[in-house]
Amino acid sequence: MLELDRVGFRYREDWVLREIGFSIERGDFLGILGPNGSGKTTLLRLIDGVLSPGEGRVLLHGRDMAGMKRRDIARVMAVVPQDQPLVFSFSVREIVLMGRSPHLGNLAFESARDLEIARTAMEETETASLAERNFNELSGGERQRVLIARALAQEPSLLLLDESTAFLDLRHQVAFMSLLRFLNREKGLTILAVTHDINLAALFCGKILLLKEGRIHALGPPKEVITETGIREVYRVRAAVDRHPGTGAPRVTVMPDMETSVPKER
Amino acid sequence: MRERPPVTGARILRITLLLAAICGAVFVVSLCLGPARISVFRGVRDLFFSGEPGLHPSGSPETAILFSIRFPRVLFAGLVGASLSLAGAAFQTLLRNPLADPYILGVSGGSAAGAIIAISLGLAALPFGVPLFAFLGAVLTVTLVFSIGKTDSNILLLAGVIVNAFFSAVILFFLAMSRSADLHSMTFWLMGDLGLASPREILLVSGTLAAGFGILYFHARALNLLATGEPTALHLGIAVERTKGLVFLAGSLVTAVAVAFSGIIGFVGLIIPHMIRMLFGADHRLLFPASALFGGAYLMAADTVARILVSSTELPVGVVTALCGAPYFIYLLRRKGGF
Repeated sequence: MLELDRVGFRYREDWVLREIGFSIERGDFLGILGPNGSGKTTLLRLIDGVLSPGEGRVLLHGRDMAGMKRRDIARVMAVVPQDQPLVFSFSVREIVLMGRSPHLGNLAFESARDLEIARTAMEETETASLAERNFNELSGGERQRVLIARALAQEPSLLLLDESTAFLDLRHQVAFMSLLRFLNREKGLTILAVTHDINLAALFCGKILLLKEGRIHALGPPKEVITETGIREVYRVRAAVDRHPGTGAPRVTVMPDMETSVPKER
Repeated sequence: MRERPPVTGARILRITLLLAAICGAVFVVSLCLGPARISVFRGVRDLFFSGEPGLHPSGSPETAILFSIRFPRVLFAGLVGASLSLAGAAFQTLLRNPLADPYILGVSGGSAAGAIIAISLGLAALPFGVPLFAFLGAVLTVTLVFSIGKTDSNILLLAGVIVNAFFSAVILFFLAMSRSADLHSMTFWLMGDLGLASPREILLVSGTLAAGFGILYFHARALNLLATGEPTALHLGIAVERTKGLVFLAGSLVTAVAVAFSGIIGFVGLIIPHMIRMLFGADHRLLFPASALFGGAYLMAADTVARILVSSTELPVGVVTALCGAPYFIYLLRRKGGF
């Protein structure tokens, strides 16, 4: 479905990403992990096309994205951005209907079918009751769900998420990830999520891509990627990795080791 | 309950017709008000029953004033108000800043500087000489201001202020150098003068207004997405750079032609789109036509006030719009929590 072919990107002379090559298949749920500055966000921007690769190609359904119209990309790929307040006030329904944009002509109005799709998207994300509310007046968790509803209204086959759980409380984090798992398993949506939360990713993602200094450090099922050695090498902290008591997924516990986690004063 | 989208063709039509009716009413009332008293009844009767509009050599002096002086002036006020409001709405969205306006961004100043240079160099005789230079001034300003302030909208507004100051200096330089006796009329023009328009100029302003509106309306839904952020618009399938370029061009063109013949009339493009958003929401499919109509009505009314407020003389309409607009700007600033 999506293939990165030796992709690299640089700001001026410094390579931020190098030789990124992997592919995701229909139905995958991939989590992208890595420390600050490892290139996670840049990688996401290359996949969603906001940035163009300095070398290599990003292929969507076998086609080089560089030569594709934004409209055609938007019919396949939806992005749930980091939550930001809007300058102008739109209602939740207006925001969700914006997801229909790639399917509408310039001067067309939303049809009954578009409204139906938007309503279904709002029901799946439990935002239907918010339809008439002003987007800016919602809580962070509600806004994040509305942004997913908009992405679903696009009827994409690939969903990208950018740190979507970062500012959610525990309950909303779990609800959010459960929704993603539902969409992934029941609707066959392919998901690629950039996140900081290793444990949440281990619990919900089928595959993990671990980035270190702009290169792929490891790629595989959580059990193979999230290991004590892996965490130490990539994050430079000592961590214990055991099994989640409920699911058996790897669980990371950071060890407060003064020697390695805090740089010595000189 | 059947669900309906917030904006439908029917809703746009309904609100547009309502505002068009208001516009028409303001137009008729403005025709009837002025230093020479012409009764509303007489005005309406003359307008509809006195045969073809235009100068009537045989007609009464009132009818002559009505058709050869007031009619073009009020019509022109409506067109300029619509142009400035439309440009304001477009700039606010592109910059995601409700405080943007052709005047505050310096686009009006740039256009005026271009127009003054053209007049001083004697290019006014050329066809489209003045509006062309005004357009070049507008495009130069837009490019300059947006390249300085593209990262931060507060810096952008400051850039507008600075560019405005620069163009004011340019304008004053050319005014000081000018040996022309009509310095008073030039100064008057700079503060907004709607009394100068010839039929040809009215036609030119309506033409650019129609073209600008067409371009903007064609991108109305894309602008809804752009209003929520450029990456989002891209993710939802908009060719962001091309859309921005066209909208900047349309906004600059509409501003430049209006300024070339009417001078600097501030704050119209700030107040009107803001009020329309508060009343009808931020969807551009409704915002554009509603702003144009309401802006037209507003400037016709403001110009009428300028004509009759001081009985012995006429005020430049820019004085009236600034007296109303500047406090409104401060109100918006404080509402947003300031800089």
